[in-house]
Amino acid sequence: MASLEGVTQHLPAIIVAVPLLAALAVTALWWFSNKLCYPLSVGAGLIALAASAGLFQQVLSYGVVEYRLGGWPPPWGIVFRVDHLNSLILVAVALVSFLNLAGSRVAAEKEFQEKVGAFYALYLLFTTGLFGILITGDAFNLYVLLEIASLTGYALIGIGSGRASLSGLNYVFMGTIGATLYLFGVGCLYVITGSLNMVDIGAILPNLWPSKVIVLAFLLCLGGLFVKMALFPLHGWLPNAYTYSPSVVSSLVAPLTTKVMIYAMVRVTLTIFTFDFAFNKISLQVPLVWLAVLAIIVGSLMALSQQRLKKMLAFIVVAEVGYMVGGFWLGNRAGMSGAVLHIINDALMTLCVFMAAGALSFRTGDDRLTSLKGMFRKMPLTMGAMVLGGLSLIGVPPTCGFFSKWYLISGGIEAGHYGFVAALIISSLVNIVLFFRCFEIAYFEPFSGSAGHQSGPMEPDDRSSTVVEAPADMLITLLTAAVLLIVLGIFSGQIVTRVIHQVIPALTG
Amino acid sequence: METIDSIRPLIAILASLLVIPLIMVSRKAPNLREMWTLAGAGLKFLTIVSMLPLVLAGTRIECTLVEVLPGYGLELRVDALGMLFALVSSFLWIVTSVYSIGYMRSLDEHDQTRYFSFFALSLSATVGVAFSANLLTLYLFYEMLTLSTYPLVTHHQDREARSAGRKYLFFILGTSIGMILPAMLYIALKTGTLEFASQGIVKGRISPQATTLLVLLFVFGFAKAAVMPFHAWLPAAMVAPTPVSALLHAVAVVKVGVFSIVRMITGIFGTGWLAELQLSTLVCTLAALTIVISSLIALSQDGLKRRLAFSTIGQLSYIVLGVALLSKSGMVGGMLHIGMHAFGKITLFFCAGAIFVATGVTNVSQMVGIGRRLPLTMSAFFIGALSVIGLPPCGGFISKWHLVIGTVEANQYLMLGVLLVSSLLNAAYFLPIVYRAFFCTPAESMFPGPAAEAPTWCLVPPLLTAGLSIILFIYPQPFLRLARLAIQAISGG
Repeated sequence: MASLEGVTQHLPAIIVAVPLLAALAVTALWWFSNKLCYPLSVGAGLIALAASAGLFQQVLSYGVVEYRLGGWPPPWGIVFRVDHLNSLILVAVALVSFLNLAGSRVAAEKEFQEKVGAFYALYLLFTTGLFGILITGDAFNLYVLLEIASLTGYALIGIGSGRASLSGLNYVFMGTIGATLYLFGVGCLYVITGSLNMVDIGAILPNLWPSKVIVLAFLLCLGGLFVKMALFPLHGWLPNAYTYSPSVVSSLVAPLTTKVMIYAMVRVTLTIFTFDFAFNKISLQVPLVWLAVLAIIVGSLMALSQQRLKKMLAFIVVAEVGYMVGGFWLGNRAGMSGAVLHIINDALMTLCVFMAAGALSFRTGDDRLTSLKGMFRKMPLTMGAMVLGGLSLIGVPPTCGFFSKWYLISGGIEAGHYGFVAALIISSLVNIVLFFRCFEIAYFEPFSGSAGHQSGPMEPDDRSSTVVEAPADMLITLLTAAVLLIVLGIFSGQIVTRVIHQVIPALTG
Repeated sequence: METIDSIRPLIAILASLLVIPLIMVSRKAPNLREMWTLAGAGLKFLTIVSMLPLVLAGTRIECTLVEVLPGYGLELRVDALGMLFALVSSFLWIVTSVYSIGYMRSLDEHDQTRYFSFFALSLSATVGVAFSANLLTLYLFYEMLTLSTYPLVTHHQDREARSAGRKYLFFILGTSIGMILPAMLYIALKTGTLEFASQGIVKGRISPQATTLLVLLFVFGFAKAAVMPFHAWLPAAMVAPTPVSALLHAVAVVKVGVFSIVRMITGIFGTGWLAELQLSTLVCTLAALTIVISSLIALSQDGLKRRLAFSTIGQLSYIVLGVALLSKSGMVGGMLHIGMHAFGKITLFFCAGAIFVATGVTNVSQMVGIGRRLPLTMSAFFIGALSVIGLPPCGGFISKWHLVIGTVEANQYLMLGVLLVSSLLNAAYFLPIVYRAFFCTPAESMFPGPAAEAPTWCLVPPLLTAGLSIILFIYPQPFLRLARLAIQAISGG
């Protein structure tokens, strides 16, 4: 019993330490055998998932969990601080990365061959970075973890072939600019408050509100995070990075990066600068919502003009970022709840569609929309998952996408911001066109040979045969993700009332 | 009014959902597969019938599933109106399943497993709409129906099906997301509820101007009701196999549209409030225009199924008109028409399919003298046509009678004129088909070889529904009592 208690006390550390140590172990083991990398990584992912679930449970039962690294009390030591907001997102992120990892074996072996160990090590480091960003209560620590996620993300994207390395480079440049802006912001805060602990800074700042430095710090932090989350017009790095990276990478990076950055924006705004400052002292609310409206419209329209499935999905991600930024800056309860709910919903639905796209291109060797021909017959289950993911992005009940859209639109109506409401509805309508265009090709046009189909060395059975349903482990994780979209939708009422409303400041009107 | 909790409405919805895996598993054994369809249909119908005595006794049956949004849950409730609709659609599903088996096998259609699976899914959604206790639940099942019908409409997977599918999505999914969703959210925010209440929930909470806008959004936005100009998807959807046109595009899908509008008028806006705002005339006018225009278009259609489709568009608006009259008889007539028109129109579609299976003929102009070759089919067609026109001895007469009295009660004499003119038009586009089929001699070249009646599985269903149309004239009590109960709930509550 004592040992179990010991474990539960250290859950925040476990979430970060296990993937980190596993990454090192994978690197070491890789010299001996390629085969061990996958089970080890999946094991680490599973432990992280279990730990985040346990932590979520703790927060639900006992409230905020604070974990002091090395036993140093804040504000001197670094603390991990877990409340309702980040414990919820932690579970979602751990789940998404675990599902994607579990389904990655065949595709990773085919894609990376002898480099598969490097892939798994980077994968684990990347998730370590994301977990760290989510869990840390220290503003500077957040910067370090941003860089970890950014550099490993760069390496992951760069492993791909063709234009992947260039897209990766673009990604790291923009990522560094964003992180640096954020660092300057934290620097400003440190100069005037002498603290790096988020809660501590949050307590000190109200006394210093007249200072212009705070405004500067706020703008720098926010600007940096906007670059990292690819908010229009700072989204230039995203589409190519997600299109040309290997499928197993894009189905990790696409669902998680932007969402974690949105979380960072919410955290920095509410905990460091506080609601009162961000919404009452500074009048950024209106321009930011309009910027989000633009992001939604431009992202949707750009998605319409794409000929590649993954690039189309990447532009949908750009639009979805607008959903969350806009919802948050509406500044009312419904809009903010919608933004937070959409972080987890969007993570899962993006995972679902990117994994489906990965499974399709794994079999067809192509990700142009024309390669979808006849796929409902060839890969019915994969396409079924794609349909569920698409419906969720369109916002059809009972998939989870409907419910976050419900809150976001309610927030828009409540705030009287009909531009945002219209943008959300237009984006839903555009998503109908986007997805049903794909479904039409896959449903009406007969399968046209295996042009461009390469048979990987790992599937001797498929070498000669035509395209068939995706491998079992890929399919199982994909279908799990698809079913979760409905489960999450049905439980979204619970999630909002029991979790999200605990963190959204109580507002009137 | 007494209310009891029961999971029976849920069983009625799930009955057809849960047979889908069984249908898919037995795809290699068609007889077993069709048995599952029939078993699902039978179970569904019996579950619904088992609730009928309770509903007739004035009890409401409720079932709360889950609270998906704070304050708004997925809830089921069986009341008289929902019971009427569920009864009609679940019964006709059994008949259509039998017919489907004959039709699909005679024509040796492809992908029958997919066809039967999505058919079952559509019926789950239909009964879900009938039993929805609030607008959110209704919206969920409405969307589910849209999506599950898409593969049925586009069953042939050819160019024509593709363009029909696009129209279908554009009109139905486009309006439900573009119009219904924002309207629903607006109501939820302003009133804090989406529950269907006997006197509506809007009065006093939403301004008259906004109410007018919302009424328009709902009347057009539920595009399954095909109120013009949102009707174009329905004739296009006739590319589907005939059983789909018969059940979904004469009964389930389109009636879900009008049913939703009726629910809005009675449960959300409240008849009293609409009467106060004098919105009755507005909706009636929209419906009247649809009735007249669609009947005129129907006159000029040579494709039999397209003619039937335009006739359906007109008949749907009868229901909208009847309920929008807000007079007692008008509303009874509108609600009755959900059932009466269903039996008449499905007979006509069954006949169209039977003619196609037996002779390959699809156009009205080719049907000269066809009555001599297919006497049973064409007799059924005649009865179906009489019912849709609204002549005795068919069920359609009862509903039209109530509608006509309703216009008088509401002092809407213009609408009375519309009903009468449209009845003449109905007769003008149906009776010549029958006349020429029986009394004109075909050019011999039109029917090469001996033409026999369609196979039994295709022939019995139209005869059955035609017979029922007549029985409903003599014995309309089940529907009439349900419709009256529904009105009582509105006016007495």
